[in-house]
Amino acid sequence: MQILKLVRKKIPPFVTGSLETTAGRAPVIATDWSGADFQGMIKSRISAFRMNYSVLPGLYAVGTPDGNSDVFVSANYKLSFDILRRSLKGMHAWVLVLDTNSINVWCAAGKGTMGTEELIKRITAARLDAVVVHKRIILPQLSAVGICASAVQKQTGFRVSFGPVEARDIPDYVRAGYKKTEKMRIIQFPMLDRMVLTPMELNPAMKKFPWFAGGTLIWAGLQPSGILFTDAWTKGLPIIMLLLISVFSGAFVTPVLLPFIPFRSFAIKGWITGMLLLMLSVQAFGILEHADVFLLSAVYLFLPMLSSYLALQFTGATTYTGMSGVKKELKIAVPIYISASTIAGLMMIGIKLREWGLV
Amino acid sequence: MKYLANVTTLDYSADKCSGCGRCVEVCPQGVFLMRDKRAAVTDRDLCMECGACVRNCDFNAITVNYGVGCAAALINSMITGGPPSCDCDDGCCG
Repeated sequence: MQILKLVRKKIPPFVTGSLETTAGRAPVIATDWSGADFQGMIKSRISAFRMNYSVLPGLYAVGTPDGNSDVFVSANYKLSFDILRRSLKGMHAWVLVLDTNSINVWCAAGKGTMGTEELIKRITAARLDAVVVHKRIILPQLSAVGICASAVQKQTGFRVSFGPVEARDIPDYVRAGYKKTEKMRIIQFPMLDRMVLTPMELNPAMKKFPWFAGGTLIWAGLQPSGILFTDAWTKGLPIIMLLLISVFSGAFVTPVLLPFIPFRSFAIKGWITGMLLLMLSVQAFGILEHADVFLLSAVYLFLPMLSSYLALQFTGATTYTGMSGVKKELKIAVPIYISASTIAGLMMIGIKLREWGLV
Repeated sequence: MKYLANVTTLDYSADKCSGCGRCVEVCPQGVFLMRDKRAAVTDRDLCMECGACVRNCDFNAITVNYGVGCAAALINSMITGGPPSCDCDDGCCG
């Protein structure tokens, strides 16, 4: 059944054959990544390509599994699926892929698409009770946000074990007799993992950047008679550069150096990093040397705050921030962001008005 | 890494615990451990309010106000008045 669907859709390159089961034929999948798989991983890490990076839900085979082999469950986000099959190298196992709208395990579990109902539906549709003789099914630990183990057992008879957080720990988990060590069940957030997430912080910020840059140029060049291009460049460019550094500070430097920056609040972490980088850049490049006090105030008021705002956005990508904490941060930070931006904006207008001799 | 102190809404009543150990199995932050055949809380401030324990505790021993801890989602919900959701246009949550 699964095979027929695949044929109609064109067989994906990771399918190497098919296996006859008591419940129909199942596609056999490779445990090695091809060049295209690596490419897909990179593209899905940096762009909206991820929104449609999916595999067909259903039952797949790794090696030559039989009725006693383990069943591992995954999401139909292809990167999640790829990481699982790569971790099953050398094993004989079944992989049951749920339809999570091509969203990864943890996020899909949070949204409810990787949920109790979907799992029960897929177990039934794949006729899992006919494929395997045991009644065990292994889920990624992070899917527990959306899946109630006891409800699955009540409805299907399958007992859910939540396996390790990371698929790469599966071989050790199986060897240890399906027991998790503390390391396997506690999620880590090392520097490399944090860095991998930063393109998706930088991308949305950079999309809005041209507006800020354009606004700065117009502000710098604007005269009652029109726009003076020399002024736009000489006065505007240094500020645009500082703007860029602040985006980089909030969306890249703060996430990467996260545990090394003092305070637990992301807003404060981002502000500190933004302020330090701003002062460093002003020193290093000799920018704003002849700027008047209003411009300096506006720059020092607005830019570290921009970094703070962007750093706060990273709470959506971390593995350890909770809703109550983010709410508390927002309650304090948002009014500050709004009033400080307004003051900085008024100062910028004031500078122009004074320049034109209107005040 | 730990987030803000004293903010989590996690509540656990040990008297309802049957000692099944599901909370220990599902918590990705190591908030729970088994002590004398019952779950015990190690450090509340480790809790990220994901809700995995609540969903898998059949004895209603745990409550937590769970949801997405994402600034963008929460700001959106402030503006639109709807519940916070991860569905943003630029595909931040893939």
